[in-house]
Amino acid sequence: MFTWANLVSQMFNGLVLGALLALISSGLTIIYGTLGVLNLAHGAMFMMGGYAGFLAFEYTHSYVVAVVAGAVFVMIVGVIMERVIIRHFYGRPNEDQLLVTFGLSIVFVELVRLGFGSLSHSVPPPSWAGGVTPLGFMLYPTYRLVVVGIVAVALLVLYIILYRTRIGMIVRAGIEDSLMVDSLGINVFRVFMVVFGIGAMAAGFAGIVNAPVVSLTPEVGEMILVQTFVVVVIGGVGSFPGAILGGLIAGQILSITSMINPGYAYVMLFAAMTIVLLVRPRGLMGLRSRD
Amino acid sequence: MSPNASRNRRPFLVEGLTALGLIVAPYVLPPLGFAPNTVNQIVVWGLFGIGFDILFGFTGLLSFGQSAFYGTGGFVAAYLLTQDIIQSVPLALVIGTLAAMIVGVLVGMLALRRTGIYFAMITVAIAEMFYFLENSPLSEWTGGENGIPGVPTPKFDFLGISWHVGTGWSMYQFLAACYFIGIVVALRIVRSPVGAILSAIRDNPLRAEALGHSVGAYKLTAFVIAAAYAGIAGGLLGVLQGFMPPDAFSFDTSGQLVMQTAIGGVGTLFGPLLGATVWLFLRDFLQSDFMQSTLHIGSAWKLVLGLVFVLLVFFLRRGLIGGIKDLYMLAFHRAEAEAEAAEAPEEAPVAIETDAQSMPARHREGDVEAGVILKAKGLSKRYGGLLANSDIDFTVRAGELRGVIGPNGAGKSTFFKMLTCEVPPSSGTIEFEGLDITGKGVAEVCQLGLTKSYQVNQLFTHLTVRQNLTIAALADIRGRFKLDLFANLMKIKGLQERVEHTLELVSLAARADTTVSALAYGEKRRLEIGLALATSPSLLLLDEPLAGMSPRERVATVKLLKSIAKGRTMVVIDHDIDSLFELVERITVLQEGRVLTEGTPDQIKADPAVREAYLGGVHE
Repeated sequence: MFTWANLVSQMFNGLVLGALLALISSGLTIIYGTLGVLNLAHGAMFMMGGYAGFLAFEYTHSYVVAVVAGAVFVMIVGVIMERVIIRHFYGRPNEDQLLVTFGLSIVFVELVRLGFGSLSHSVPPPSWAGGVTPLGFMLYPTYRLVVVGIVAVALLVLYIILYRTRIGMIVRAGIEDSLMVDSLGINVFRVFMVVFGIGAMAAGFAGIVNAPVVSLTPEVGEMILVQTFVVVVIGGVGSFPGAILGGLIAGQILSITSMINPGYAYVMLFAAMTIVLLVRPRGLMGLRSRD
Repeated sequence: MSPNASRNRRPFLVEGLTALGLIVAPYVLPPLGFAPNTVNQIVVWGLFGIGFDILFGFTGLLSFGQSAFYGTGGFVAAYLLTQDIIQSVPLALVIGTLAAMIVGVLVGMLALRRTGIYFAMITVAIAEMFYFLENSPLSEWTGGENGIPGVPTPKFDFLGISWHVGTGWSMYQFLAACYFIGIVVALRIVRSPVGAILSAIRDNPLRAEALGHSVGAYKLTAFVIAAAYAGIAGGLLGVLQGFMPPDAFSFDTSGQLVMQTAIGGVGTLFGPLLGATVWLFLRDFLQSDFMQSTLHIGSAWKLVLGLVFVLLVFFLRRGLIGGIKDLYMLAFHRAEAEAEAAEAPEEAPVAIETDAQSMPARHREGDVEAGVILKAKGLSKRYGGLLANSDIDFTVRAGELRGVIGPNGAGKSTFFKMLTCEVPPSSGTIEFEGLDITGKGVAEVCQLGLTKSYQVNQLFTHLTVRQNLTIAALADIRGRFKLDLFANLMKIKGLQERVEHTLELVSLAARADTTVSALAYGEKRRLEIGLALATSPSLLLLDEPLAGMSPRERVATVKLLKSIAKGRTMVVIDHDIDSLFELVERITVLQEGRVLTEGTPDQIKADPAVREAYLGGVHE
């Protein structure tokens, strides 16, 4: 049913989804840009962030503890995964990296299913952000507005890390030319580990922040992963600004189409990706050197 | 890959063994705990995987979106059969397969715009879109979440014998027949010229293109072949289950296919069948009552499979079949391998025969300006602020043997790249045999008879020397693109002669069946020249053919170059100025991206400007 209030409300929903997608995609894209590895377990990272936060919430009933636990747990998983497995795959073909991260994603999903079962779980929004907020012409769930704020802060932190710190400079240089960074005497392996940790944490953080909006199931990451791919293809692989732009665009496309006919939401998203591929194969903000 | 010779001796060995295996399976597998329905599922997955293996194993394109074609083939066939539009099951299967192929062409044209991880991501996204299309916009036809129930089994009436396919082993006979046809067709494709070129694309797409093959068109071919196998397998799934499930379109389907293929062994055609056997056996075994009651891990069967898969990718990257092959080689062929290693000469004596007559260069008919074969005017190349080449005029006469020298960074390699159309010039024009080739593709230019041997070896390292030269010769014999999927590579007219002759010419006949990665450096350099030569170019550019060679190899290679120069035009870049002076008739000197001077070797030797360029300020 089309009404203006409905449209605005859907655009807000799109903003929430878009902000989350932007954050998750940023994680995926900086890992790929720096390490050259496309992490197919990134969706599972998102999912694990939600479950780790859920568990922390069950014990403490504190939203803040849940968010911190979700993010930190996934960061630790990411660092371990990089040290134990991914490191052995830098010298191997791209296909092997895809295969091993895909296998890991299944292991993660099935482990969670074993521990928590297939039924959905939910984390309630924090008490200070429950209920609805009047926006003048409509009422909107407060927590969703909070999500936009939290994610914006997270993206800002990520931006500061990438563009205002020494490690960020190394990461950005690595995206341009990792061989050169290596030959400058910088310990690339340590940087790789940190980047993988940060990238995974972005997904885990998004996972727990999203948990009060959409209930948790072991499969929740799979859908997000596919959407993340579209975001990255639209924005340009390896580009942080591209991930944000792509995320916001994808969020709007998904929610506005859902208002008209939910069945076509994904089709429209795909159509957008097709247009970008035809007009600008490198993505909206893709780097020429990454091909 | 088995050597060509043994293939000729036992032409239908693999086909025969496959038939035997399919016939004995119903007697061997049940005692091992396989239910007939499980075996039937394995066969469908195996057939699905044949096409995927041609795409991933042979062409090197890892798609995570095969479910799109599996579902398309299945739902089209199921719809036609259940709506009574078509009564014949085989006909419906064929139409379903055609539909999957059409979708394959469309998706392929889009996804193949990019390679590597981009390709993988795009295929995932597209397949997911199909899942959503099936689920709601098209649910009127597909049944949405319910799928299509009531898919009939086939009936055959042939010469008075009627066979109504039932369930269980009766269904197996039908599926096994389909699998057998599928594998026979796939073996033909793999052994055809197209199959050879697909392997070359997996190894080194850039060189395959530079040798004159239309890499994009061949990739699309592999993609559509994979879609066809997926389509027929999807149709058979509906027939097997009597029901077309919406899961066929799910990401899990694509993922399971990828994993089964990797577990069984990539690039083997049979890997997916073996992988499916392991997968479904473990699934049934872990979910069996025995395991449920003892270990309580029934619900974790997929976790176990995931772990097995990760370990396999980690330690046995060529899958089970690859592992078995390695073990076999270790056990039975170690002595042979050692003997072969000892046989490899330390420094191959290069005996160059001087007869290059039987491999003439091509000549284009047409109005060509008095013997001029190549004419570049005002060529410039700018990379950002760097001017690599500036306003170069360069003319080569037919039959000429020209040298290009210049200090490092003079822009020689950039100049060659522009001539072969690997990079477009920023300004200027290039005419080859009177035809303007500026802005054409590198494959097209190679087809016209202009090619290059590379400064840094660009070989197909996983293929043998003979296969390498075959790829190059095929480009000239077959043109940029030809869909001879069922032609026998061994029976192509003039191919073997061309390959043998080139082998002789570059003195690699003794090493013909050695994998390139096992060659010595000097041998690789000669093969590099041989690749360019096997396309029978009328103008051959050689970028530092002597680089990195020992003095003895240099002498031999100069002799080789002299012998192939007969009846052909060549332009050679090299830093070995003494060898070049001995070899060529005229020399062009480049400095800082410009033509410094041009003349005979004696003129160049005497030119003070050239000395200055090389040594800098010798005159004080």
